[in-house]
Amino acid sequence: MRPRDVLRFAWRALNAHRGRTLLVVFAMAIGVAAVVVLTSLGEGARRYVRNQFERLGTNIIAILPGRSETAGGPAGILSGRIPRPLTLDDALSLRRIRGVVAVTPFNLASGEIQANGRRRDVPVVGASADFQKLWQLSVGQGQFLPQQDPRRATWICVIGSNVSKELFGTRSPVGEWVRIGDRRFRVIGVLGERGQMLGIDIDELVVMPVASAQVLFNLPSLLRVVVETERREDAERVRLDIRRTIRERHGGENDITVLTEDAVSSTFDRVLVALTFALGGIASISLAVAGILIMNVMLIVVSQRTNEVGLLKALGASPAQIRVLFFAEAALLSAVGGVVGLILGMLGSFAVRKIYPAIPAFAPLWAVIAAIVMALVTGILFSVLPARRAAQLEPALALAKR
Amino acid sequence: MISLDRIERSFPVGDSVVYALRDVSLHIDAGEYVSVMGPSGSGKSTLLNIIGLLDRPTSGTYRLDSEDVTALNDEQQSRVRREKIGFVFQFFHLVPRLTAAQNVELPLVLAGTAPDEREPVVKQLLDEFGIAKRAHHRPDQLSGGERQRVAIARAMVMNPAAILADEPTGNLDQTTGREVITLLEALTTRGVAMILVTHDPILGGRARRQIRMVDGQLHSDSSS
Repeated sequence: MRPRDVLRFAWRALNAHRGRTLLVVFAMAIGVAAVVVLTSLGEGARRYVRNQFERLGTNIIAILPGRSETAGGPAGILSGRIPRPLTLDDALSLRRIRGVVAVTPFNLASGEIQANGRRRDVPVVGASADFQKLWQLSVGQGQFLPQQDPRRATWICVIGSNVSKELFGTRSPVGEWVRIGDRRFRVIGVLGERGQMLGIDIDELVVMPVASAQVLFNLPSLLRVVVETERREDAERVRLDIRRTIRERHGGENDITVLTEDAVSSTFDRVLVALTFALGGIASISLAVAGILIMNVMLIVVSQRTNEVGLLKALGASPAQIRVLFFAEAALLSAVGGVVGLILGMLGSFAVRKIYPAIPAFAPLWAVIAAIVMALVTGILFSVLPARRAAQLEPALALAKR
Repeated sequence: MISLDRIERSFPVGDSVVYALRDVSLHIDAGEYVSVMGPSGSGKSTLLNIIGLLDRPTSGTYRLDSEDVTALNDEQQSRVRREKIGFVFQFFHLVPRLTAAQNVELPLVLAGTAPDEREPVVKQLLDEFGIAKRAHHRPDQLSGGERQRVAIARAMVMNPAAILADEPTGNLDQTTGREVITLLEALTTRGVAMILVTHDPILGGRARRQIRMVDGQLHSDSSS
């Protein structure tokens, strides 16, 4: 039998029972669509995190007080120990390491800002001029913190665009005085609108020199120090140099955590890829269910068409041909279901992107291919039994039935 | 052409064995017109199924065109059945979703004949059996007589050596039944062997050679 004739025969058979065909196609389509949408969510989350890291730049090493062998997570909190503080002088000593371009110490605290009789609770970052480049902040009005000795506390600040709007309305706040904690600060600039970054709303932020923040909030330790290396390849050597330098300063204690951007982002990457696989795996259960449905339907089809199978045998169809005919039907069902599911899945991830524009929810290619292949394989696999049953039918008995 | 030698067909039923055919030896030549008659359960249909390779004998030898077909496997038997035997059934057995022309074409499709070779053969047969106008109708849009004509055209499409007809008029009124029988009888003049299984003595009496079966055995054979 010619392949085209096989397909045409199967197509006509499916067409003769449109309702049933549509239902099975729909079941298969839901399975494929679930795989596509869920993996696109996982992949979207991965890309989202990746983007966040890339915003930070790629030649970055972060130093946290306290020792933690695992990546991420604030060190010391879980163990209950209070780590030895990472001081401003520690940070500045890192400037002497070869290959280091910039050292940005910073601190984060929560404070209250007041002006014109209005108050607002805001996150306050104590940082230096390099912080602007590090977080890729733009300046809407005025200027960012000037280059100066980080040890000098000066009473100036840069405020986020929302803070400016809330306290000063449409008026420019540059040159105005605000009160933060128990000190008065002069506003020297307003940050450009930016939105969220690593969980902090930049538009709500207040930035001041790191020494000022340490005095104002009485912080002995820095939250972290970010070191930028000249070249990416230097990162590993610089990391070891940082460890050594701080160990010498801390009396031989290895009490800091040094994270390269690569290590952190690849950890996230691995976790999220695993998550995507897990989501795909869960969704593929529905594919297996669809496969079983196809098997059931094909078994019913075989028993309904016993007559026809007997006839085909009488007309000279071999058992192999009968098997191929039923295979073709199941394969067509799952192929059409796969394609419809793919379209549904694409629409689904499109909807996700519309609802959550921050998450680039595109299904990874491997998931799309795997879903289609799995649809075909389950469809065909689960039609083995019905096809074999059809091929084994005794033609004489099959024909005897009216 | 068709040669059965000591054919036996038995079925185990519980502890005992039931014989559907017992020691049947029979020879049918090309172009012969044979009717097989007998009461229900006498083994007529089993005989037909064995000749048509739809069933295998428990013992004995069956030669078709001097080839021992009992020794063939399923695939090989399918080929012999496709090329040498045409069936006509009481209940027509047309594929309901295919048109008359597609039903006639089916054996050619199964044989893997190219579409442009199939078309003229089908068209000629439809013309010959007077159903060309109904070629694109599905079986449920055809009358009983028309359906049986389509079935006969389908049986003839591979140019078989023998047509096996099991009560071909059993589901037709008398007039239509007579037309169908005339059509089948005409085929024997082309050298096709016709084996007609029927209950109806009048119908069976029309054949040149008449075989009566009783209890799985040949009771009488008018040629011998």
